[in-house]
Amino acid sequence: MSEHHSGTDVQSIPTDLLTLNIGPSHPATHGTLRLQVQLDGETIVNMGCEIGYLHRGYEKQCETVYYNMVVPYAERLNYCSPVHNSNAWCYAIEQMMGVEAPPRAQALRVITSEMARIIDHCVCIGTNLVDIGGLTNFWYMYNYREKIYDLYEELTGARMMVNYPRIGGVCLDAPDDWFDHVLRVMEELTEAIGDVHALVARNRIFVDRMIGTGVISNEMAVSHGCTGPVGRASGVNYDIRKAQPYWGYEKYQFDVPVLQGGDNYDRTMVRFIEMEQSRRIVEQAIKSIPSGPVLLENPLVALPPKDKVYNTMEGLINHFKLVMHGVQPPKGEIYSATEGGNGELGYYVISDGGPMPFRVRIRPPCFASYSCFPKIMKGQMVADAVATLGTINIIAGELDR
Amino acid sequence: MDEVQIVERLKAKFGEKILSTYTFAGQHAVTIGPDSLREVLIWLRDDRELDFSWLMDVGGVDYLGYPGDDDREWRFEVAYQLYSLGKNHRIRVKVAVTDDSVSVPSVWDLWGVANWMEREVWDLFGIRFDGHPNLRRILCHDEFVGHALRKDYPINRRQKLLQPSEMILCERMEWA
Repeated sequence: MSEHHSGTDVQSIPTDLLTLNIGPSHPATHGTLRLQVQLDGETIVNMGCEIGYLHRGYEKQCETVYYNMVVPYAERLNYCSPVHNSNAWCYAIEQMMGVEAPPRAQALRVITSEMARIIDHCVCIGTNLVDIGGLTNFWYMYNYREKIYDLYEELTGARMMVNYPRIGGVCLDAPDDWFDHVLRVMEELTEAIGDVHALVARNRIFVDRMIGTGVISNEMAVSHGCTGPVGRASGVNYDIRKAQPYWGYEKYQFDVPVLQGGDNYDRTMVRFIEMEQSRRIVEQAIKSIPSGPVLLENPLVALPPKDKVYNTMEGLINHFKLVMHGVQPPKGEIYSATEGGNGELGYYVISDGGPMPFRVRIRPPCFASYSCFPKIMKGQMVADAVATLGTINIIAGELDR
Repeated sequence: MDEVQIVERLKAKFGEKILSTYTFAGQHAVTIGPDSLREVLIWLRDDRELDFSWLMDVGGVDYLGYPGDDDREWRFEVAYQLYSLGKNHRIRVKVAVTDDSVSVPSVWDLWGVANWMEREVWDLFGIRFDGHPNLRRILCHDEFVGHALRKDYPINRRQKLLQPSEMILCERMEWA
């Protein structure tokens, strides 16, 4: 027996490749994605991705409703940072109509969008750490996600799908002491980020799992259109808030983290730094918030205030016309890009001059980032595929639309 | 470079091949035919001063029933949104596709992201891409009949998924 054993080279034992399905419903895929891998031992030899399990015909649905009715749909795109998507939608239509939201509304959009970015990164980091075995961080991160949801509830009455922005501004001004509450939560948040960062940044298990796995090279990031944290971890210095500022982002001081490694570790660290920078933006926006209206006073764009609707004939007619006939941007087309939690969120909208969009095309950031996934996982371990899936942060809602 | 100048340079370089240009809300687009697509995109990508190294988006449009434009010669368009990180400017290149008998050359070898985005345009509009190695449906299932984002596809039509696809692996991983 021992003679026979010593005479056989393990490498020469004939083996077959194992084909394995991961998903479509698997805890590690955070949604409905299907991967099929061919494994040699635990090494991935070939991989295929199937998406579309959450395809709801979003773009088709948008063609059948009025422009303002798309706002709640938009929040179902990236459900980890809902309010940014609807803010960006309203911004796209405003660009089309050649109007601009009032300064106070723009500052409120900045505040809500940056809080959305923070909770997006909280979810991404927290759940990804659960996937690779660190449950504690999840509670730290979700705790602050809850606190930010509380702030949304105070502002809008809803926690997750807030339906807050309108074309021409936002629907409500902030309650009196809301800004103080935000500042208090932001202060606590720094502590939480510090705690989680301290738990993982030099943790041997985490570092061994993350450094050098799932590497997206700079060339691949450019070729595959990886924007946002995924691109910035691969050395792409691109942030639309800096490159083509909107909502007055040029007024705020913040840094854009750019790391060179392109691996899972750098993607996680970019998100840690971005949360801290988002906190800085929120604080500056609150300290310098201008006073004034939060919705345009333009009868073609925004509903008049309620006291005008109930007490004046003009207000009532205006209200009726806008509700029945909708906002009607001129004929034309626009590609409006903003920096979402995952990268460039683009709305390509074509108007035929009527109350409903003729065509809405969404450029979802994680669709582009995910398209390089099969390529980067070649020759890697199957367990690293799970960790990489988490750091690319696939949100099935915007991936499949 | 100013985006107006980019359009001027494109016109000077390609002349007749630029079917039309379009400006709205400060954004610029050029429309070309499918035959010159690769030539134009490669030039835009490789020209040092233009440096459009990013393909941000590929999206189809079906103009069936677009009001006030009965003399439109093509039904479909495929819009390529290009971005230059170095120069910080954008341009939109649109390809006029007369009907679904005309196919568009694929650019999957120029930008990796085009692989999936072209599959999506094929899936939802039925526009074929020549030279694409893996032109399968991506969002709808394989048994789906028709193309959902065409204007003549009714919004309330439902189609059943009977059999999930068994094998989604490609022969070569670069094609996936």
